[in-house]
Amino acid sequence: MTEPVAASGLASLAWLLLALPAFGAAVLLLAGKRADRWGHLLGCATIIAAFGYGLALFFTTIGQSGEERTSELHLFDWIPVGALDVEFGLRLDPLSLTFVLLITGVGSLIHIYSVGYMAHEDGRRKFFAYLNLFVSAMLLLVLGNGFVTLYFGWEGVGLASYLLIGWYQYKPEAASAAKKAFLMNRVGDLGLAIAIFIMFNELGTTQYTDVFARVDELSSGSILAITLLLLLGACGKSGQFPLQAWLPDAMAGPTPVSALIHAATMVTAGVYLIARSNPIYNLSADGRLVVMIIGGVTLLIGCVIGCAYDDFKKVLAYSTVSQIGYMILAVGLGPVGYALGIMHLLTHGFFKAGLFLGAGSVMHGMNDEGNIRRMGGLAKYMPITFATWALGYLALIGIPPFSGFFSKDAIIAAAFGEPGWRGYVFGGVALLGAALTAFYMTRLLILVFLGKPRWKELRTSEDGREYHPHESPWSMRIPMIVLAVGSVGAGFFLENGHRLADWLEPSLGPLEETHGAIGHTTVAILSVALSVVGAAVAFLLFGRKPQPTERPLRVSFPVRAARADLYGNALNEALFARPGTWLTRALVFVDNKGVDGLVNGTAALLGGSSGRLRRLQTGFVRSYALSMLLGAICVLGALLMVRFS
Amino acid sequence: MTPTYYLLLSALLFSLGAVGVLVRRNAIVVFMCVELMLNAVNLTLVTFSRMHGELDGQVMGFFVMVVAAAEVVVGLTIIMSIFRTRRSASVDDSNLLKY
Repeated sequence: MTEPVAASGLASLAWLLLALPAFGAAVLLLAGKRADRWGHLLGCATIIAAFGYGLALFFTTIGQSGEERTSELHLFDWIPVGALDVEFGLRLDPLSLTFVLLITGVGSLIHIYSVGYMAHEDGRRKFFAYLNLFVSAMLLLVLGNGFVTLYFGWEGVGLASYLLIGWYQYKPEAASAAKKAFLMNRVGDLGLAIAIFIMFNELGTTQYTDVFARVDELSSGSILAITLLLLLGACGKSGQFPLQAWLPDAMAGPTPVSALIHAATMVTAGVYLIARSNPIYNLSADGRLVVMIIGGVTLLIGCVIGCAYDDFKKVLAYSTVSQIGYMILAVGLGPVGYALGIMHLLTHGFFKAGLFLGAGSVMHGMNDEGNIRRMGGLAKYMPITFATWALGYLALIGIPPFSGFFSKDAIIAAAFGEPGWRGYVFGGVALLGAALTAFYMTRLLILVFLGKPRWKELRTSEDGREYHPHESPWSMRIPMIVLAVGSVGAGFFLENGHRLADWLEPSLGPLEETHGAIGHTTVAILSVALSVVGAAVAFLLFGRKPQPTERPLRVSFPVRAARADLYGNALNEALFARPGTWLTRALVFVDNKGVDGLVNGTAALLGGSSGRLRRLQTGFVRSYALSMLLGAICVLGALLMVRFS
Repeated sequence: MTPTYYLLLSALLFSLGAVGVLVRRNAIVVFMCVELMLNAVNLTLVTFSRMHGELDGQVMGFFVMVVAAAEVVVGLTIIMSIFRTRRSASVDDSNLLKY
């Protein structure tokens, strides 16, 4: 970890990165309908300006020597309370600059794409306001120089994600998907918050520089707790097992949102968090083992479920879940994997955003149809979408020389480099995942773009509009083309001569070489071969005979399980939701019968007994007189007894 | 003549009055029985005053008579107004003030 220097020169304006999109969001939200005509232009302008500034900053930083590349910009004292002194500042180092370029770069493309995609929507201005809000919060997340600043951005992106998933709020499934995403994220956020509390309690600070410098002072138990709790936070944000269920549902939002937030940037925040906290993770091999297990389990879950879905975007969503599983696995490997995880994150940002934009373009031309069984043969009607999508596809399944090959194979090889059984298990899981990825992506490609045009038989979509597949406007095509270029070239560019790993060294430490049981070349050959086998199997199953337009209902058990999300929702329901309901019911019962019973019972006892006692008041004067007489006799008798006994 | 007879007489009168209050329904008669009890008590007071040779009992007797006179005025007025509204002088008929 390099000690940061104070930011100067161009870097002292780094607050502009946050301020520009935040300014855009504020103007668009506050100006109201007056901004409807030019709102989308302002939204694009702020983010493109931020990207331009980010590029300038990047090139300035490249020109500097290694020690000067890490700088901090102090903005103001945020929370100076007692022993807690939280500073609001920005940390500019290779890692955060990489993310700035990814977020603003892909963000700019997706803003431009949204101009065309959302052209027919009523609230396009508000949509751009939310996107700007997201970019601002995401930049704060990666630029903040302490865990509390990170947490602020973390919650900000959660809010933006909630607002954008629920964009079509009049649809019940979108509204409940937004709620689900928000609630499941809360579970993860709780972990992150407690990790920050532990840091403050043990070290008295939450700034990166101080925490990482003094991390040796922590006991091994505290370190393990922090690593696991940070991992819980990462699981929530990045859709990792066991909190993966919200991400596919989040596809209820508009497609540009899925591309930007739920594929390229926000969901990778968990990977960023672990990579950023590398000095802590370096000290805990057990913590990293758990990270690897989570990554491995998630990448398999994502692949398996992705094979069974018929919804274009949901297959891509599960693909995202599984690719982030790869990244988590990579950062779990420790110093041999941090840079690899970030590299896969970058290449994935390109090709997955491109794949989503392609999916959006297809749905845009197909009456917003998402069911791939109702598509087919679209390559002829949307040549540019098809070409860009196919390039992204090749990148994702890891065919050389496309970018996914470089980033994914490096992870698989590094996983094989782990000592003992771990190497074989994690390497094997990653290889299996590669084969499954090729299978479900080929299935998607065949069902959407190749084969017989099944929509011609159906004529109309379910809402009764006739299918007229057409290519999308230029504002949508250009971002897809740019991202396709990225999917082709990014991997080789970043991998060549360890360019990215060297660049990230001040933040992540040097990339260590691994020498596993199986060499790099063998792993590369194996993974490409397995991908080709997966693709071939998919072609044999789906490419040679016409596919039904309805999903077959008589299917084997594995398919049924995968269609039910491998019972992930059922598991959550059984493990958390239902015991929670029982607990509430028990509490309500105790409250009603116990607490209320005691209070009401006392009142009822008093009321009932006084109701009986008042019967003595008969209204007959003579009976009162009799009771008085008897009382007097009693008193007299008592007096006499005392006197004469 | 021993004072015992006076005490016996007053006890007899008091009991008569008490029984009369309890068993008679006519408000006027009940009222007269109350007077009977008061006067029985007066007789006791005066007797004890004589027995102990002190005037306290006689003074108290005067007080009782004054209170009884005032009570007669108030009581008879109440009985009169009840009789006017309800055309009845029976104490059992005025039983509205109850549970």
